[in-house]
Amino acid sequence: MLINHPLLGPRDAAEFTYLGDACLIERPDPDAKDAAERFLEYGYLRDNVAGEMRELWYHEQGDRSWLVVTRDTLTHEITRVEIARDVARERGRST
Amino acid sequence: MSQTNRIAKGLIDTSRTVDFTFNGRAMQGHAGDTLASALLANGQLLVGRSFKYHRPRGIFTAGSEEPNALVHLRDGARQEPNTRATVAELYDGLTATSQNHRGSLEHDLMAVTDLMSPFLSAGFYYKTFMWPRAFWEKLYEPAIRASAGLGRLSMEDDPDTYDKGYLHCDLLVIGAGPAGLSAALAGGRSGARVILADEDFRMGGRLNAETLAVDDMPGSAWTEAALAELRAMPNVRLMTRTTIYGAYDHGVYGALERVTDHLPDPGVKPRQVLWRIYSRRAVLAAGATERPIAFGNNDRPGIMLAGAVRTYVNRYGVTPGQTMAVFTNNDDGWRTAADLAAKGVDVRAIVDTRDRAAVCDVPGARHIRGAAVMDTVGRKALKSITLTDGQVIPCDALAVSGGWNPTVHLTCHQRGKPEWNEAIDAFVPGAHLPAGMVVAGAANGQLTLAAALDEGRKAANAQLKDLGFTPSRKPGPKAEDEPREGAPVWYVPESRKRAWLDLQNDVTVKDIKQAHRENFRSVEHMKRYTTLGMATDQGKTSNIPALAIMAKCTGKSIPETGTTIFRPPYTPVPIGALAGRARGRDFRPYRLTPSHEWAKANGATFVEVGNWLRAQWFVRPGEKGWRDSVDREALQTRQTVGICDVTTLGKIEIQGRDAAAFLNKVYANGFAKLPVGRIRYGIMLREDGICYDDGTTARMGENHFVMTTTTANAVLVFRRMEFARQCLWPDMDVHLISTTDGWAQFAVAGPKSRDLLRKVVDKEHDISNDAFPFMACGEVTVCGGTPARLFRISFSGELAFEVAVPARYGNDMMRVLMEAGREFDAVPYGTEALGVMRIEKGHAAGNELDGRTTAHNLGLGRMVSAAKDCIGKTLSQRPELQRDDAVKLVGFRPVDRSRNLIAGSHFISQGRDAVMANDEGWMSSVAWSPSLGHSIGLGFIRSGDARMGEVVRAVSPVHDTEMQVEITSPHFIDPQGERLRA
Repeated sequence: MLINHPLLGPRDAAEFTYLGDACLIERPDPDAKDAAERFLEYGYLRDNVAGEMRELWYHEQGDRSWLVVTRDTLTHEITRVEIARDVARERGRST
Repeated sequence: MSQTNRIAKGLIDTSRTVDFTFNGRAMQGHAGDTLASALLANGQLLVGRSFKYHRPRGIFTAGSEEPNALVHLRDGARQEPNTRATVAELYDGLTATSQNHRGSLEHDLMAVTDLMSPFLSAGFYYKTFMWPRAFWEKLYEPAIRASAGLGRLSMEDDPDTYDKGYLHCDLLVIGAGPAGLSAALAGGRSGARVILADEDFRMGGRLNAETLAVDDMPGSAWTEAALAELRAMPNVRLMTRTTIYGAYDHGVYGALERVTDHLPDPGVKPRQVLWRIYSRRAVLAAGATERPIAFGNNDRPGIMLAGAVRTYVNRYGVTPGQTMAVFTNNDDGWRTAADLAAKGVDVRAIVDTRDRAAVCDVPGARHIRGAAVMDTVGRKALKSITLTDGQVIPCDALAVSGGWNPTVHLTCHQRGKPEWNEAIDAFVPGAHLPAGMVVAGAANGQLTLAAALDEGRKAANAQLKDLGFTPSRKPGPKAEDEPREGAPVWYVPESRKRAWLDLQNDVTVKDIKQAHRENFRSVEHMKRYTTLGMATDQGKTSNIPALAIMAKCTGKSIPETGTTIFRPPYTPVPIGALAGRARGRDFRPYRLTPSHEWAKANGATFVEVGNWLRAQWFVRPGEKGWRDSVDREALQTRQTVGICDVTTLGKIEIQGRDAAAFLNKVYANGFAKLPVGRIRYGIMLREDGICYDDGTTARMGENHFVMTTTTANAVLVFRRMEFARQCLWPDMDVHLISTTDGWAQFAVAGPKSRDLLRKVVDKEHDISNDAFPFMACGEVTVCGGTPARLFRISFSGELAFEVAVPARYGNDMMRVLMEAGREFDAVPYGTEALGVMRIEKGHAAGNELDGRTTAHNLGLGRMVSAAKDCIGKTLSQRPELQRDDAVKLVGFRPVDRSRNLIAGSHFISQGRDAVMANDEGWMSSVAWSPSLGHSIGLGFIRSGDARMGEVVRAVSPVHDTEMQVEITSPHFIDPQGERLRA
């Protein structure tokens, strides 16, 4: 597979380390009333998607960027690659 | 033996004679021959015995689809089994031997299995070897293993090298037949970067095997002209002897180049190269594979596919027999007869299943209309054929044509399904192709020459336009389409003898019918039950006829019956090529510590720790075993001073205005209030609350920390910290860099460590206990100005320091430290003594941080700060993880001090049975303590911290032993920590 790195262009998937569902960016608020339940969901519950999925990939043998890759798990087609930090900021993690 | 069957020059170089042997017999061929063509030239039609029934077999095809002619090539360490004679290029001194017989090829003792064939039909393993059960291991399996398999390995190390390589192109053209050459020319002329790859050693595909003309020249001459033009283009790379074996995601293709397989000795070159080709677009021009017609005894040596016969006649100047016959269901078979006759070979008959006029004039041949071959005679060589009308026609070779199947394999590697094309009665590529691929020529069902040339060019031009290149206006090559009408006939139902489909796995038409009767009707079941298509040729010539017969049995159409799935590789890829240089010691990369050379010169035994090679212990003269060395190193360190290379621990520089706040997030305990110039021990949790790493972090400045991780987790900790920095707290001002390789770091431990370091650290740095107390850190210089970092930390429990210098000074630093320590009898110590001392001190390591234990289990529960959030905090507070009766890390010693504890033992209370339900914990680390003179251990036991002094059973079912052990503090040495603060 090739991942079109937003900063470096197309790179072989072998340079990357895979983590999983990009929902891991959305770490719950530890001060919330229901923090325990939210963290349980965060830690253990994932959708097993057959189709388009947003995933976290780490360019470990490269520039060490974490990326959010939108990939079809059935065809491996990659339709979007974003810098994970930008996604995290969009999700309001800038505090 | 002379080349009795050599009839013409063909495309080989008859001026160069090549000597080779087959089963020890000296033979001759010419440069440009394959082993198969040379064997045929020498009249050697019998080349092997079949897999199951040991039937005499010959050469069936002229290409990589060959199911039959598998031989041992070369001898000694280079012996290679199951090599297809049809693709093995002849070279001077080649040795080949036949396979799968006991005794000689001509008189195979195992041929008796053929007589047992009524008992050996499809599924016989499943039915026969069911009972009695005890017979399986003792009788059936050894007997089957002894007779199974084809070739034999040399059992010696492969002396050759194999490489891997990476290539990039705009357009990859797979196959250099008419469509591929036409596509490559279009690509090259447009200026695109083109790779043209072909499995053959001579490009041209069928153009070299036919007598057809292109641009008014013989096809082979046109090929030469096209290749000359391509060779002159700097943007085109021609790769002969290169099989594209797999189509992978995003335009990535796997290729195997046989660089020196055709040479007696590879010399300095690799034997083969496994290429990964990154293409923007690809044209698949893989051609087509001829299929046989099944009839009784259709497996005899001398029976061959008709297209293959043309290849031998036209390209190699060889006829398989002196008196030939042709059996066909289509026009194409007629050209075999015509080409043979044109070369003066006696063609006795053309048997056409169709009742129609002759396709062309073949002098001297009888045309038998509407008939079929139903049986043959001749055990080791064909003697005659018997037709459905009872006629017997003497002949010593028979060419069979059942039509052509487009070679669609690579179109299916991304789960694409081929579609049935009524017009040519064959599967053609389906709509879902691998991204970026188009198919052209015979592979796409364009089975005639002009159509293939035209489609190759157009397909390439369409791809090039998409990529932004301007296609050349030069007109494409001109040729005529040959007649190709046919009527599908898959097998001859009048046959009463076994009719073979899969020649390599010995599967017959009867086996398919039996599979149907026994209800294995889906193609996937049929395949596995009969093993059809499961040999190394993957059924390239047999799959479609078998499907057709299954379709007929079920009353369904062929497309309704469907195909099995084609997977990579298209043809076998040697394990050696897949391994490349990653063999033996180079199986994976390994890393050397900065003091490796010093250690090697000073008696070190090395151990692999992750990728690192670390000194395990240092042998001194007179020491009889590893324990002698380890005990001495540990004792001497505790008595005076020892030195250990600890570079392998992960080192991460953390800088930025939010560095302290960031550490508070990734460590469970607080770091914000750590003063500059001080070090703190920290533990890290996973988000699920389990402890996963520990280490020390030194505050070198207000916004500058230096973290150490365990050796094993150095990469993982860094990865997770980058995740936290980029994804969880994206706007913290914090930057990370791994400096594990940048600094060589040495532990200097023992009561004399300060005295030793005073001789090495430059005088202006005060390292007295007052100025540089336990857990102090700072930048210093050593050896007269060399920058260094000094940390007062202790893993051994002794007064100890760690000193770091730039990695390039590491080997010298080790030497300098040892010289400075001579007056104190300083010793170097390895990982074993390190482990002994940390167990004596009760420090947790990888055995304790095993991915199942929490800070609570480790006795570090209070380190998880209540005042702040950190990764893993919320879930670490789950009630089940906080139970009072959870397992706790404690020490153990044997009640009988002479016994050695066993790591992995489980703890059972006195008087309880040693069963899972009574399991209370496990022993995680053990060592023999030279300081205490007995075995000690660390382990986890329920409520351990409240059970000091209790004696429990330590049971090891694996070793079938148990012993009485006493629960103690984990701190066996200096529990108050006075030594390390001295």
